[in-house]
Amino acid sequence: MFDSLSDRLGAVVGKLRNRGRLSEADVDEILAEIRTALLEADVNVTVVRNVLARIRERSVGEAMSKVLDPAQQVVKTVQAELIALLGGETLKITYASQPPTVVLMAGLQGSGKTTSAAKLAAWFKKQGRQPMLVGADLQRPAAVEQLRVLGAQIGVPVFSAPGDPVETARLGLEEARRLGRNVLIVDTAGRLAIDAEMMEQVRRISDTVTPRYTFLVVDAMTGQDAVTVAEAFNDTLAIDGVILSKLDGDARGGAALSVKEVIGKPIAFAATGEKLDAFEQFHPDRMASRILGMGDMLSLIEQAEQVFEKEEAEKAAKKLVDGKFTLDDFLEQLQQLKKMGPLQNVLGMLPGVGAQLKGAEVSDDQVKRTEAIIRSMTPAERENPQIINGSRRSRIANGSGTQVQDVNRLVKQFAEMQKMMKQFGGRLPSR
Amino acid sequence: MNDLWLYVAVAATIVLVGGGVVVVRRSRRTAVPPAPVPSTPAEPTATIQAVAPAEPVAPAEPVAPPSLRDRLSRARGVFASATTGVLRRSAIDQSTWDELEEAMLRADLGVSVTTTLLDGLRARVKQREIADPAALIRALRSDMTSRLAGADRSLAFDLARGAPNIWMMVGVNGAGKTTSLAKIAAQQIALGRSVLMAAGDTFRAAAGEQLETWATRTGAAIIRGAEGADPSSVVFDGVQSAAARNINLVLADTAGRLQTNTNLMDELRKVRRVAEKAAGVVTEVLLVIDATTGQNGLVQAKQFAQATQVTGVVLTKLDGSAKGGIVFAIETELGIPVKLVGLGETVDDLAPFNPEEFVNALFDE
Repeated sequence: MFDSLSDRLGAVVGKLRNRGRLSEADVDEILAEIRTALLEADVNVTVVRNVLARIRERSVGEAMSKVLDPAQQVVKTVQAELIALLGGETLKITYASQPPTVVLMAGLQGSGKTTSAAKLAAWFKKQGRQPMLVGADLQRPAAVEQLRVLGAQIGVPVFSAPGDPVETARLGLEEARRLGRNVLIVDTAGRLAIDAEMMEQVRRISDTVTPRYTFLVVDAMTGQDAVTVAEAFNDTLAIDGVILSKLDGDARGGAALSVKEVIGKPIAFAATGEKLDAFEQFHPDRMASRILGMGDMLSLIEQAEQVFEKEEAEKAAKKLVDGKFTLDDFLEQLQQLKKMGPLQNVLGMLPGVGAQLKGAEVSDDQVKRTEAIIRSMTPAERENPQIINGSRRSRIANGSGTQVQDVNRLVKQFAEMQKMMKQFGGRLPSR
Repeated sequence: MNDLWLYVAVAATIVLVGGGVVVVRRSRRTAVPPAPVPSTPAEPTATIQAVAPAEPVAPAEPVAPPSLRDRLSRARGVFASATTGVLRRSAIDQSTWDELEEAMLRADLGVSVTTTLLDGLRARVKQREIADPAALIRALRSDMTSRLAGADRSLAFDLARGAPNIWMMVGVNGAGKTTSLAKIAAQQIALGRSVLMAAGDTFRAAAGEQLETWATRTGAAIIRGAEGADPSSVVFDGVQSAAARNINLVLADTAGRLQTNTNLMDELRKVRRVAEKAAGVVTEVLLVIDATTGQNGLVQAKQFAQATQVTGVVLTKLDGSAKGGIVFAIETELGIPVKLVGLGETVDDLAPFNPEEFVNALFDE
């Protein structure tokens, strides 16, 4: 996600890193690069103009006056602007004193409303709430059916009734009260922002259920139109926040950068995968770091903590820096890591890895092959890969359905990793 | 291929969680109890009311297809106001170029196409070939139109190549594949062709139901698989069934996927390959792109073309305020023609793409 933007900005920043002092011309060049980067990332034209003006003001003034590493200064400025663009702080969700807390989902056709509604319900459930979904999209064939299937998958009840969407929403609210569900998420039909009739319908739904939050679902792949859409919906509905969908692709998500600036409403959540739990609260500061290619360590740590056994991981880490990490340990930790989702995503969050990863794709097939090879080794071989000789090698290759070269590579790269980690270990603060 | 990243990832993550790097976290809590891995829901999953919504009655009344211009006139704006601004001044100056550039960027033409077009015009202004603002606007219009000229935009249907013909729909999630497929089905049936829909989207919940509804409305035959079934086998079954029933056009739906997901792109390759294992031949692979898509549309087109030899683009949802300018880059950089545009909700709103109308619609008041 946001790859290309971070690549581009990364290149600019890289060029600056070794400069002692920035001239006016340097600043112009940087700003031109940043402009192209932002435009290619689909950041709205007007927003680009405003951001550049602010960055120029701050960089020229400060960078010229300070002798200390002006490049860092520019990076800092850009980062600060990006954070401001993305919405400052993470939106804190609060609940209605009179339950249920009603959430209304709105957006264009195909933006991902129905899926986001289900993901949001799953998120509320994880927060210990009792959500309920209402299918008020009576327009698209089988939209309610889709919501019902998703609801069953996450264990959240779904209400819908045929006929009038406004009436359906009203009945849904009654039903939620009757059942004591404390969060109600209302899915509405996708509509075109310029379709007055459809906008009127969603406004009437909003009047009926008086939502605490109205979220606009915006596709991360949207271009310049995102701002027009957000403005139109905001005029009709008073949007409280944006849910950014399909952020797991390589879309640069400039729409995300623009909406906050134009309608002044933050990005509340981001959908980062097809699975129903691939849905997170949006952290502007982390995303800004990510855009600048600084990695997203905090998200990574947070995710890792959910799947890794802390004690086990500590033990493994100690073994690793002591050089006692075996292929068995590796296999075990790999199983944990796999729970965090596609490895590609995990890697993208490591600082500095994002850009270098471009050429080297880590597919799940590769992971499977690696596992197969290790599983075809004897305990002794896993303990000490050095003993793997020619005949052992071909046995392992046969056993795992791979080539001898694959086995060689695995052994070699594992050794490389051990070496790297030992070096790394020297720099770790000891506990 | 370098697997080293795999090892680094495992190692780095372990170190992050178990090692000393926790200092990075500053203000955050240091010891978080491992959250239980979410298991299967314990809560009752019963749907409270399982009533299917009444189908909105949409009898496809044969009306005169709306012109692109009519449709887009609702969304006009960027070029129109830039044009007005440019024409107001008596000479071509810096603000002329700025205004045009902004309009083009706003229409999602992208930095590279915009720069190319404007550089060409700048050179001609310098050589005095273009002298006044009105001539400049005319030149821009004709340059934009000619960039889109000359492509073959017909839908390939040729039983001599094999029967049935298979048209595949591919694209990212939410682009409008299923709806476009249904509209194409209705139009082809109106042309007197027999059509079978193969519900190859076995991933999205209720995608099969959606297509089935359309099959009933349009009178097409349909082959469905179970949810989660292998899409290749569903499409294969569809082709076989069509061949057995003498149906000569199979429209194969596929699940939406992001082009970054290599596994799913491989799956799509397989669908295309397996589709021809039965009797038929794939004559069209239509990439469905939402007109609101920004610069990522070019990446989408590249990746999908690589996986499935895309033959044409269906540009959907052009009836909103979006301009669909990304098709300039797709056509000129990748040589994939736009064949159809979606202009609204009814069946007739899927129309052949006409470059001249498209460009005129961008400029018209």
